[in-house]
Amino acid sequence: MKDFIIPVRERDMGTPARSGAPVTLTIDGVPVTVPEGTSVMRAAMEAGIQVPKLCATDSVEAFGSCRLCVVEIAGRRGTPASCTTPVAEGMEVRTGSDRVRKVRRGVMELYISDHPLDCLTCAANGDCELQDMAGMVGLRDVRYSAPEGAGLANHFEARDTSGAANPEWLPKDDSNPYFTYDPSKCIVCSRCVRACEEVQGTFALTIEGRGFDSRVSAGGAGDDFLTSDCVSCGACVQACPTATLQEKSVIELGTPDRAVVTTCAYCGVGCSFKAEMNGDELVRMVPYKHGKANRGHSCVKGRFAYGYAHHQDRILKPLIRERIDQPWREVEWDEALSFAAARLRGIQARHGRKSVGVITSSRCTNEETYLVQKLARAVFGNNNTDTCARVCHSPTGYGLGQTFGTSAGTQDFDSVEQTDVVIVIGANPTDGHPVFASRLKKRLRAGAKLIVIDPRRIDLVKSPHVQAANHLPLRPGTNVAVVSAMAHVIVTEGLMDEEFIRTRCDWDEFQHYADFISDPRHSPEATEMLTGVPATSLREAARLFATGGNGAIYYGLGVTEHSQGSTTVMGIANLAMLTGNIGRPGVGVNPLRGQNNVQGACDMGSFPHELPGYRHVKGAEARAVYEQLWGVEIDPEPGLRIPNMLDAAVDGSFKGLYCQGEDILQSDPDTKHVAAGLAAMDCVIVHDLFLNETANYAHVFLPGSTFLEKDGTFTNAERRINRVRRVIPPRNGYADWEITQMLAKAMGADWGYTHPAQIMEEIALTTPSFAGVDYALLEEKGSVQWPVNDASPEGTPLMHVEGFVRGKGRFIVTEYVATDERSGPRFPLLLTTGRILSQYNVGAQTRRTDNVIWHAEDVLEIHPHDAEVRGVADGDWVRLASRSGETSLRAQITDRVSPGVVYTTFHHPDTQANVITTDYSDWATNCPEYKVTAVQVSLSNGPSEWQEDYAAQAANARRILPAAE
Amino acid sequence: MSPEKMVRMANQIAIFFKTQPGDDAAEKIAQHLSDFWEPRMRDQLHAHVDAGGAGLDPLVIAADARIRTTTAEG
Repeated sequence: MKDFIIPVRERDMGTPARSGAPVTLTIDGVPVTVPEGTSVMRAAMEAGIQVPKLCATDSVEAFGSCRLCVVEIAGRRGTPASCTTPVAEGMEVRTGSDRVRKVRRGVMELYISDHPLDCLTCAANGDCELQDMAGMVGLRDVRYSAPEGAGLANHFEARDTSGAANPEWLPKDDSNPYFTYDPSKCIVCSRCVRACEEVQGTFALTIEGRGFDSRVSAGGAGDDFLTSDCVSCGACVQACPTATLQEKSVIELGTPDRAVVTTCAYCGVGCSFKAEMNGDELVRMVPYKHGKANRGHSCVKGRFAYGYAHHQDRILKPLIRERIDQPWREVEWDEALSFAAARLRGIQARHGRKSVGVITSSRCTNEETYLVQKLARAVFGNNNTDTCARVCHSPTGYGLGQTFGTSAGTQDFDSVEQTDVVIVIGANPTDGHPVFASRLKKRLRAGAKLIVIDPRRIDLVKSPHVQAANHLPLRPGTNVAVVSAMAHVIVTEGLMDEEFIRTRCDWDEFQHYADFISDPRHSPEATEMLTGVPATSLREAARLFATGGNGAIYYGLGVTEHSQGSTTVMGIANLAMLTGNIGRPGVGVNPLRGQNNVQGACDMGSFPHELPGYRHVKGAEARAVYEQLWGVEIDPEPGLRIPNMLDAAVDGSFKGLYCQGEDILQSDPDTKHVAAGLAAMDCVIVHDLFLNETANYAHVFLPGSTFLEKDGTFTNAERRINRVRRVIPPRNGYADWEITQMLAKAMGADWGYTHPAQIMEEIALTTPSFAGVDYALLEEKGSVQWPVNDASPEGTPLMHVEGFVRGKGRFIVTEYVATDERSGPRFPLLLTTGRILSQYNVGAQTRRTDNVIWHAEDVLEIHPHDAEVRGVADGDWVRLASRSGETSLRAQITDRVSPGVVYTTFHHPDTQANVITTDYSDWATNCPEYKVTAVQVSLSNGPSEWQEDYAAQAANARRILPAAE
Repeated sequence: MSPEKMVRMANQIAIFFKTQPGDDAAEKIAQHLSDFWEPRMRDQLHAHVDAGGAGLDPLVIAADARIRTTTAEG
């Protein structure tokens, strides 16, 4: 299949699209009909006529500063700017009269008089709009020069001919690891400032000074790009028409000549990117304007943090060893695979069919995940397959499945543009899902209201031009009590949408629920002592959500990773049904998935109780589909989940694991227990890019490929199936689906896939919700949201429009049950964990990029009161201990966390936040309770003994012998 | 898995279904355990019940009996 290659430069329409009643006008005699509110510039582009422009670009609102885009309009005086002039019915526009040509040349002459003429050696040569426009307006001469005897009157020459310094000249700012700011090339079009405000919503840039002194400036006085509030999303770099803001990769490698559209391999937003290539070299990633999840925006990870693909730590040859205390031996693929196959078969012969299993990757493609679970079910002959969704969104699967009939998020990301009230609960979108956060902030700036339910004061609570109407800073572990209290207010104050409930939900179940939730014990006043949330603000929030128009709920792992994770998900579903906020744009229940393909991994049958498409293995009909196709018998009993596998390993009945693209030793709770489980196994096969922490306990290491090196699909949080396209050959020699297939064949299977498209054909053939998916459709549509079937051949942007998937929506009683994990005299504080913008998950990828400049180590956030009583000062080493273990890290004193609560991230293996977390888990799904651990904090001198032992063990386990000659 | 962990996990399930309307909590617990607990986990539960079921919610013990009946019938 050929690559989907597009030209590097997409058509820039000049100003954003509008929707409105049709308006017809003529431009240079060409009739064109566009929506009301469209600019004359955009209408001209629609008619195929490009008006010269500099300060306009279609990602930001028109500004009208450069005056290059002037036109003439019949019956109007002067030469209005076409970017800021809206169309009108019957308007007659001329874009190319002598008069406007002269104006444009005059404007351009002034610009060029203050711009260096080093085009041939400029990084933007061939990719510079100033250069293009100078050509387009036919500028042939620049008459302006500095007056004799006076100083230089420009910004681009550092010194005059006498050697005197030019006070107007500023040096290049290359503080950001990924791009430079060269003020000498700036034309002050303000596109970067507007992109930072309108697209990203950070407001880190401004135009400082007036007139000739106007300069783009990051942050306040004395700041550079790195020290400013800049989040390095790159929207400004993308918007810059010159080399002023320029990717360092382009400076180093040259401009790209073609682009391949693909999908980001970081978070669950699933942004579409153009991988821009120069020969066989990736020059830069640019968010794809037609990507339906991101609409042309990106964050620092997706745009810039792809360098791990070429990091020196990458393992490119297979490794094996007899025992984990030995050094690795580099071998050929055949030897590694037959070693692995013989070990797994040997284990099964000695300990039974169910003594081995797999962990599928939420970072790999759907096709790869499908093959890994197929390996378990068809080749191992058991259901011991699980995925990291176990430890993140498994409660979503259970909770939404019970209430709505499917675990799917209900909306697409575009839906946020029509929402009026947003609840963000247990999620930190500006760090975890940054592109969604930017889209949300844009809507909030346009007037939508925000309710944040989170123990921490996350950035969304208050950031430039965004302020939450209510922040409910609940005590960790009390989600159910807070969500139930909101429902209590809505029901007892009669704010529910009875019409919706009567027509769309099970009325009897609702009656039970209404009786239950109306009990005064659920009132905000009754639960205030428990949750720490003031009753008045909870009542305000509930009223706002119920009465404020379209209400949407977005949630993350702060909801799921609790003993009552599944119950909170049900509570959220109840809230949405109570208020009738399901089944139309602007509303819904939206789980924000952690990893790029968590949704897909779940869809593809990674769970031990479900075949692809969420069909329980006990169902004979679903089993028959695979039994016929694969010619094997499918086990009707559920298999082991990840925590159960580790328990069984410690008990001695689980001996072999094939783990693809996941680092359970670092990411899973209770590290010591995970290590004990891994150490008890006879064959651990790690298939990854790097020797991760889990690989310290592995016997076989199969080198993996990055998302840049293979074909496939990822499914994002909105159920959108996006193509991943190979842009460079796999450095390890094989795409990951090929490696799984080779392992299956080494174990006797007769698989013969030659392209992931064939795997997708099998998925479509066997999975009803994917029935209509194939690569041809993805080429044509760009992406589709499942279900894709005869009823919705082009996919399903919104779920439950006519009725719930299960028929009637089901209200479920949600009794609050306190977690057993409680603070007490020994462990008086509650630890909760999260992630940070620049790092991703266990950091395996982002730690191997320049992103470490923003976050080089995990730190412990602690409230000033808690710090003071412990004598802890900002930056001190502290010991963090729970009943599970202890570690040391540096303290950061902040009132972002409430007294009694501490917070850290888990991106760095030398901190190992999960040494602290416990084996408590969600009642329904065993999703670990990462978000609540009782801890104590005290001063320490540095890394704990455990950390030092761990570092020594890891170094020892990572030794590699040179390959035998 | 340690007996304490298993008992805690089973009781957590019981606590949820106990709060639901209807008088079929044991049946629902049995269903949940059959749907999500791998057979060797259920075997461990059976063994623990046989050994007196220390710490288990009575509804888990009732559910355990139902699982055994269903398995025997099945």
